[in-house]
Amino acid sequence: MAIDTSAGVQVDADEPNEHGYRTFRLGEFEFSRNEYFAYVRWPTGSHVVSADSFLKALQRDVAWDFFYGIVNFDGVVGTVNHYGTVDLFCGRYNDAYRKAELDHMENFGTPLIRETFKAMLDDWTNEGFDPFASPTETGSAFGPKRGNNHRAVTRHRVTASRMVGVRGDEQVRSDESGFPVNRQFMDVPQDEPEIYAEPGFEQDVASFNLFAYLSRSDVTWNPSVVAACKNSLACPTTEEYILPIIHGNDRVEWFVQLSDEIWWNVEDRDTGTARIKVVMKPGDVASMPADIRHQGYAPKRSMLFVWENASPELPELLSSGKLPPVAVDF
Amino acid sequence: MTEHATIFGSLESFEKGVLEIIDDDPKRYTYSNMFDVASRSEPYEKVAVAKNMEYVLEVLRAEGTSGWRTAAHDEFALVMDGEVEIQFVKLADPSIAPEDKEGSVALPGDPEGTPMGRVVARQGHMTLLPKGAAYRFQAERPGVIMMQTIAGDDTVYKWAEICQTMP
Repeated sequence: MAIDTSAGVQVDADEPNEHGYRTFRLGEFEFSRNEYFAYVRWPTGSHVVSADSFLKALQRDVAWDFFYGIVNFDGVVGTVNHYGTVDLFCGRYNDAYRKAELDHMENFGTPLIRETFKAMLDDWTNEGFDPFASPTETGSAFGPKRGNNHRAVTRHRVTASRMVGVRGDEQVRSDESGFPVNRQFMDVPQDEPEIYAEPGFEQDVASFNLFAYLSRSDVTWNPSVVAACKNSLACPTTEEYILPIIHGNDRVEWFVQLSDEIWWNVEDRDTGTARIKVVMKPGDVASMPADIRHQGYAPKRSMLFVWENASPELPELLSSGKLPPVAVDF
Repeated sequence: MTEHATIFGSLESFEKGVLEIIDDDPKRYTYSNMFDVASRSEPYEKVAVAKNMEYVLEVLRAEGTSGWRTAAHDEFALVMDGEVEIQFVKLADPSIAPEDKEGSVALPGDPEGTPMGRVVARQGHMTLLPKGAAYRFQAERPGVIMMQTIAGDDTVYKWAEICQTMP
């Protein structure tokens, strides 16, 4: 059957199964879930993922609108963003699946895969489970279908056009706006900068406490734009536990550790072969080359400044070899 | 109940992490620490610690009073350590930094224009340095600023000095 979405796209889904969850189809892919697991089937194979892990990855892919490059849900399933269309794959970036010729990939128009994923995320997320939250801050993803969590899975994603706090732009967080200080950031100073703007210059003389702003984030592993200098986007985020996806770069990406510690496992983007491990501490700066994939582990909620170059020509320049995969040659 | 202590870095107290090589060249990861960089920088030297095409993140050691600068695009200053006062003047002649000029340019002396105001920023505070405005920094004690901007004539590159190059 087809489900009509508010975006005017028809999503292919069955009536709810005996566990209460719909099965979704996209091209030759089929997605289903039961009380514990999500299953992906394609013409040459099948794959099983824990439901909570799958929903956490799906949530990021939906919220980021497929992000930059490859969003690996795990070592088998994922998407590649072509900024207008999206590849959905199983085994494409897994050496064993490739050699066995069991991998499968299809390309979809972004609206179709976006609406299918949104419908799946909404249908499969139970009341009390927040895919964006850290494990100790949310309920269970498991069991038969139990209500929903529309509010959590449709959160507003911050995308400042100039800077958070500037008049008319994204605003700072506060208790009053529904963003209390996170339990692991209770010691972060909440003082605001002293701003003395002359009359008529209130729009341009602007400053805010980024660390306090981040201490009030209610999500984990969700880079969002707080300042933009043309295509240079400051995307700080708060991290706790494990990045639910393995991000494969289609451009160089930079990390600046603002607080605490994150461990990164870095692998070859196409095969998954181990390359390096990075342990980042406050003040550390590192680039992630355009030919790797990475997954982060944060033992305590920490602040990470993700820095992106949103220039649309970068993927083509890199894939054609006109640009090297590294940020700097020295 | 466990109490969680949040750790930030500073010039006085920082600990670099680790780049453990399994099968790659450490230079590809351009790995440095901004407090380490600032501890070895001249006041307000604009040292690039990250670069993505024309865009850069620069680390500045804030100490004393900087010269006046301006840019034809917005820039952002994040204070990572210390307290910094930032003063702004709306330039009477913004063509000092033409529209197509990328990166900030130094002004030869005090700017001519209208005072816009000032900001006193401490650790964690991010401040807009608006396009067309002149700005300068003042810090009574050494601090650290991370700038989000575009590479300019005064951006300093010393990757081999600041980055881990050996496994």
